[in-house]
Amino acid sequence: MALFSLARSHKAARVLPGFNITLGFTLTYLSLIVLIPLSALIFKTFTLTWDQFVEAVTGPRVMASYRLTFGASLIAALVNVVFGLLVAWVLVRYNFFGKKVIDALVDLPFALPTAVAGISLTALLAGNGWVGQYLEPLGIQLAFNPNGVVIALIFIGLPFVVRTVQPVLEDAEKELEEAATCLGATRWQTFSRVIFPSIAPALLTGFAMAFARAIGEYGSVIFIAGNMPMVSEITPLIIIGKLEQYDYAGATAVAVVMLVISFVLLLVINALQAWQRRHTGAPA
Amino acid sequence: MSATTINPSVRRAQAGTTEPAWVRYSLIGLALTFMFFFLVLPLAAVFTEALRKGLEAYWDALQEPDAWSAIRLTFITALVAVPLNLVFGIAAAWAIAKYEFRGKAFLTTLVDLPFSVSPVVAGLIYVLMFGAQGWFGPWLQAHDIKIIFAVPGIVLATVFVTFPFIARELIPLMQAQGNDEEQAAIVLGATGWQTFWYVTLPNIKWGLIYGVILCNARAMGEFGAVSVVSGHIRGQTNTMPLHVEILYNEYQSVAAFAVASLLALLALVTLVLKSFVEWRHARELNAAAELPPERPHA
Repeated sequence: MALFSLARSHKAARVLPGFNITLGFTLTYLSLIVLIPLSALIFKTFTLTWDQFVEAVTGPRVMASYRLTFGASLIAALVNVVFGLLVAWVLVRYNFFGKKVIDALVDLPFALPTAVAGISLTALLAGNGWVGQYLEPLGIQLAFNPNGVVIALIFIGLPFVVRTVQPVLEDAEKELEEAATCLGATRWQTFSRVIFPSIAPALLTGFAMAFARAIGEYGSVIFIAGNMPMVSEITPLIIIGKLEQYDYAGATAVAVVMLVISFVLLLVINALQAWQRRHTGAPA
Repeated sequence: MSATTINPSVRRAQAGTTEPAWVRYSLIGLALTFMFFFLVLPLAAVFTEALRKGLEAYWDALQEPDAWSAIRLTFITALVAVPLNLVFGIAAAWAIAKYEFRGKAFLTTLVDLPFSVSPVVAGLIYVLMFGAQGWFGPWLQAHDIKIIFAVPGIVLATVFVTFPFIARELIPLMQAQGNDEEQAAIVLGATGWQTFWYVTLPNIKWGLIYGVILCNARAMGEFGAVSVVSGHIRGQTNTMPLHVEILYNEYQSVAAFAVASLLALLALVTLVLKSFVEWRHARELNAAAELPPERPHA
């Protein structure tokens, strides 16, 4: 009986026409644009022996680029967690002049082409730039070294944390905070024991998204990094370098490593988002 | 008089859910300082650097034939990539949001995949497919078709990096709206196309425009993926972001920032349109929520 009603409801869902054509088109387009080209990457690596593959992805210059890419992405994502939470909090909880403009401006890193962000940040932070000229006498160099990579990645990742935390903060129930205060909690206790746990999943999702984006980022970083081998050369630039030397197999090997990492991160983000939905009780 | 008597009690009631004034102001100040250094200054720097040698130098830089061909190519690329991804986005959202089928979650993950692939890898995969040493390289060469280091490669790479933008906006929107209205239309005798055009499309209109705006901004601004497949041939395969890079590397700072300022303007227009769409969408939702159910809007 249950099976029968299940079958019927299944059939009822297909009252709408167009399932075959839309799914067919989706799968064809997905295969042509994404899946087949990505499989070309995997097949190309099979032209390498295992030893050649390992050599290509663990050379000293490549290893240094992993350290820089992952280290800078981690620092930038952590900075974004702190300041992203701060910006989201201020935008949701307080009123001040120009709030709407600031809110819209948060998305600037999504809208501004990365190359523009790159040359602009470089112009600001170089020794003669608006900001750089005050930092240089203090012995602080933010452009043309790994610091610049971190700065560019903070810029790129900022909207991710703000935009994942903001809606959760907006939906947070004030009653819980009132209850905490009535029960004698200080404001800080209310924040750390009541508010923070409810936004933690969103914060973690935003962190993972900012981190994933930072690892693959190319356009904004290459202008400000200085691109010195072993010091300030990011992994995507290693791929470009190998391509320019017609080392297609080597470029592909490094690209496969990056692809696997981004796929794992994508699965982690999906799991985090599912957790967040369960946490907030919102419909999937 | 009454204000002074009410205020203290209001303040006490709010004390449970807000912070003392000095905390509030220092948090606002800290957030605004961060935003100023990381968002406002870079944006302002683009325009001041572009105008560093005056308006005339700025106009001259924009009237370069190479700059013009870069602008043209950028628009052509967006004009092809955005409609393609729009059709895909609608088809994918319809299939994923309106039906239950096996592997749906996995399909949704695959649609998101281009978001997390590095732009450089996105460019590389097309080189491996269509480049001189790629899968189809020899065949393409024999038939004198150029994809890599030519416009088709730039369009393909752009399509890849902007692939999920519109689908991503539409899927949750269509899922939230459910199938009831469409089923009613079909039962009343509408064709599938009529149902989509008169029932679904008005419901998803703002989400669709939102997705198109974001997709277009990324399509026009993409750098990494396009850089790999372009070959940087001046006047032929340079988009605006690539042209910015070339000028910058040639130490033509004013010219580089002049072209960059056009892209920054595009970003500002994108943000304004985006805010407008969000505002209109919220207003329509509110209007619909306030509508009495027994007396629907004519």
